[in-house]
Formats: sequence, structure tokens, C-alpha cells
Amino acid sequence: MKSGSNALTVVGSNAKSKSIKSVLKKNIGFAFILLWIIGFLVFRLYPFLSSLFYSFTNFNLFTGISEYGISNYKEIFSDKKIMESLGITFTYAFITVPLKLIFALFIAYILNFRIRGVNLFRTAYYIPSILGGSVAIAVLWKALFRDQGLINGALSLIGVEGPNWLSDSKYALFVISLLRVWQFGSAMVLFLAALKGIPVDLYEAAIIDGASKWRQFFKITLPLITPVVFYNLVTQLVQAFQEFNGPYIITQGGPRGSTTLFSLLIYKRAFQMHEMGMASAMAWVLFIIVMTLSVIAFASQNKWVYYGDER
Amino acid sequence: MKIFKRNSIGIIIKYFILIFVGFIMVYPLIWMVGATFKSNSEIFTSLSPFTSKPTLDGYKNAMNNYGGEINLLKSMANTYSYVLPKVLFTVISCTITAYGFGRFNFKGKKILFALLISTLFLPQVVMNVPQFILYNNFGWVDSPIYLPLVVPSLFAFDTYFVFMIFQFLRGIPRELDEAATIDGCNALQTLVLVICPVLKPAIVSCALFQFMWTSNDYMGPLLYVNTPARYPATIFVKLSMDADSGFDWNRVLAVSLVSIIPSLVVFFFAQKNFVEGITAGSIKG
Repeated sequence: MKSGSNALTVVGSNAKSKSIKSVLKKNIGFAFILLWIIGFLVFRLYPFLSSLFYSFTNFNLFTGISEYGISNYKEIFSDKKIMESLGITFTYAFITVPLKLIFALFIAYILNFRIRGVNLFRTAYYIPSILGGSVAIAVLWKALFRDQGLINGALSLIGVEGPNWLSDSKYALFVISLLRVWQFGSAMVLFLAALKGIPVDLYEAAIIDGASKWRQFFKITLPLITPVVFYNLVTQLVQAFQEFNGPYIITQGGPRGSTTLFSLLIYKRAFQMHEMGMASAMAWVLFIIVMTLSVIAFASQNKWVYYGDER
Repeated sequence: MKIFKRNSIGIIIKYFILIFVGFIMVYPLIWMVGATFKSNSEIFTSLSPFTSKPTLDGYKNAMNNYGGEINLLKSMANTYSYVLPKVLFTVISCTITAYGFGRFNFKGKKILFALLISTLFLPQVVMNVPQFILYNNFGWVDSPIYLPLVVPSLFAFDTYFVFMIFQFLRGIPRELDEAATIDGCNALQTLVLVICPVLKPAIVSCALFQFMWTSNDYMGPLLYVNTPARYPATIFVKLSMDADSGFDWNRVLAVSLVSIIPSLVVFFFAQKNFVEGITAGSIKG
């Protein structure tokens, strides 16, 4: 096909214009991605690199740059509040990501049995994922967990006196985490699609061999859906480390800093205190953490992710 | 199939779990709808979404102006004044980019595609500060036509959608392109006349997700919209909560609910596309 079109251009044209034309023709795909390349350079690469530069300055939005050096990074690793916030962010991610995946897989596993009204259930479970990030739902969450809110009302029915969820530093992070876990629907939809792709005869063979349900799950189901487990794990991790809306709207990082996720601190430094240099340094610390975790996940892939015949 | 039939207790347990968990998941939303029709003194007194004395006070107060310059409906109009162009631009730029990567070979394609994928893992939080500085230098902050929120979408900024359409495109046989070429279509005509109609499900999913995410976006407007008259719904909802928290919950919840009605309507009409969309955008190799 390619040689055919080259042959056509040769007819009635000299060698030079032939080569220009064929170069054009060979690289016409480039024209289609040009928009993206421009956007990538202007809106991604330049800001990305400039923030690395800013992170080594004391750039203030109004007074500009007057110092260069690594003082921002020194401050990050010596400031107790910043390190605490990093710890909270790790806790948040390591609570929400596994819980979300376990819930998602559990419900998807049940839905995968020939359940009537699968679509109805799937919709019900999926709505929170679609709306969960909105401010409106954060407001609802505040109403649910306030002192006399719905949750404590429900607890009092079974004779339990609920705590003051949002003003007790022991519980506030848990409430914020629950908002994310509640949105397990999108991960569930992916699990469900993967489960439906597993050939039934595999299970039939296992049953003939006398394998229990548990054994079937761990020896057949789980290995075959590891690519989706991997995908969900990585995307959820990246998202969890950037959570902002929930804590910002529901608790403003409180009480006593117990829900101050790192993104809140970056926001505060950058857009309330206008310390763009410091905020850039913090953003880079977060970026390196997220990147390290992603790299670990990718590097561990061939140990536990099963890609069928491809690898 | 007969494997699963013999155990009817198992089936009952499964339905029980599904209904129980589903109920807990959805109940807050149902309660929220009911609460908007209650009086403030009644809202937190019962767990039921129903009330014997329904009132529209919450909705009436929800329509009040806030600070004289912005109200709920105006803020929603503001939201969709940038959501709709952004959705349109995203669909066009991402389809073109996905077509370029999916159907052509050119120098550096592998590296460029790897860069595109790597932006999927780049946290937006990292980009907020330098992007703000950039847009500030452009003079785009507080732009009346929401330039910082809209312009990047002209350049396939949200690479997730490029990837989603790219994955879908891989499933479309190349013979289709070849037939179009033989019929005299150039590459652009092939895309518009032949590929786009087949890509429609992916394009619709992409539009729907961008619609939802942009409508829900809070960080963007928080950074780039400073004039109250231009506040979108997300900012308005947060403000009305801050102003009233503690006593006027029916108003606050009514504001919240009304602000997500368009999203809810879109979701219920297009559920299937959402499910197909996220499945297409993730795996398949």
C-alpha cells in the first residue's frame, strides 16, 4: 500500500518534489498531533520545568524572586507541620485505596453471579462515583456527620452514642476517607467488566477437580483480573495523593490539623500566602512520592500481574 | 451456569448483601432530597426522608441573591458557559490527536506517545502552582470568558480522553480507512466522514465524562475566578454553606441538590455510555 502510493507520486514529477511529498506523506500523522504537542509544551512541560526552577527560589507572587537555594526543601523536611501533613496524606491514601479496591472487587464479584437487575444495582453503586467529587456532596457529607446528623441519629437507634465526628481529631480523617471509599463504583465497573471476560469453562474444569469457591477465587479469578487490579491501584493512588475538595470543604483541614492533606498545605502556601517557591518545592516532593510509588507498582508488575499470552 | 444454581441460600445472601450495601450507598442521597422539603427545625430530628409538613422554604431561600451579585441560577449559567465549550473543544482536539497516534507512523511517535501516557500519572496538584503563574502572566486570571479553564482543552490537555478514544480506535478495522482512501478521501476527510461515525460511542463517553468532571470541578474556579458575578455553581454552593452553616440546612441542601440536577439528569439518560466509557478507557491491553 505504501509503495503503491509512492509509485503514484513518481509519475510526472521530478525527484526533489517527490522526496518532499513523500516526507510530507510519511509524517502526515504529525499534523494531527500538532495541537497536542503545542499544548503539551505550553501547558505541561514549561510549567512542569518552571516549577522545578521556582522550587529552588523564594519566589513570592507579588515581590518576585530574591534568593536561590535549597532552603525550601530544608524547611519542608524540618517543619513538623509539613511532615505531619505528609504522614496524614500517606495514612489517607493507605486507608482509602485498599478499602476502595476491596469493596469494589467484592461487590463486582457478587454482581457477576447471574443476578437479576444487575443494571439497577450497577447504577446505584455508580452514582456516588459520578457525583462524589462535587461540592454538593461534600456539603451533604457535612450534614450527615455533624453532631446531630443522620449518622449519629442512626447510631442512637441501636443505642450507641456517636462521637462528634468532624470536631474530634480522632475521627475527622476517617470521615473524609469514607467519602472517597463511598465512590468505589468506578473501580467496581472495571472489575465487573474484567470478571465477565473470564471464560466459564475454567471454572467448570476447577469444579470437576473439586476446587472450593475460595480456591477458585484465588487461583482463577484473581490472577486473571490482575491487570485491572493493577490499573485501579495505580490510578487510585495517584488520585488519593491529590485529594483536595473533601477536606477543604468539609473540615478545612481541621480539627487541629488532623485532615490537612498535603494538597491543602500546598494550596495554602501558594494561594493564601503567595509563597510560590515554597509551594513548588512541596508540589515536587509530592510528585516524587507519587512517581516513586508508580514506579514501584510498574516494576513489580511482572511479579504479580498476569497479561495472558502477551508476556 | 448450572454451577451457581444449586445453592439457593447463597443466592439469597448475595441479594441481601447487594440490597443492604446499595441501600447504605444511596440512602444519603435520598435523605438529601427529602431534607430539602423539611423545615429547619425538623431536618435532623428523624432519619426518614419523608415529612408530614413539607415546605418549599428551602427552595425559596435557595433562590436568594448572595451579596447582591450572584444567585444559584446565575452561577449555574456561569458553570455551563464554560463547561459546554470545554466539552466541545475536548472532543475535537482529543479525537484528532487519537487519530494521529492511532493511524499514522511518524518520527518520534513512540516517545511522544510515552510522554502522552506519562501525563496521565502527573498529579494536577503539582501543576497548579506553575500553571497559575503562567496564566497570571498571560493575564488570564479572572478572565470573563474563563480562559484558563477553557483554552487548554483546545490542545487535547486532558490526555485521558485521548487514550480512551485511542483504545477504541484500535478496535476499528483499518480496512475502513483504506476503503475511504481508495474512494478518494484524504486523511482529514477519512477521519470526519468515515472514522468519526464509528467512533461515536467513544466520543459520547468522552463528552459525558468531561461534562461531569468540569461541572464538579472546584479547584479550577477557586484559583481562576475571583469576581462574584462570575462564580460558577461549585463556588456558590461552598459560599452558601459557609454563610448559613448551623441553622439554614434546608436552604444549603436545596442549593446543593439543585446545583447537581443537570449532572443527575445527564447521568440517568446516559448511564450506559459512562459504563462503556470507563471500561474502554482502561484496559484491553
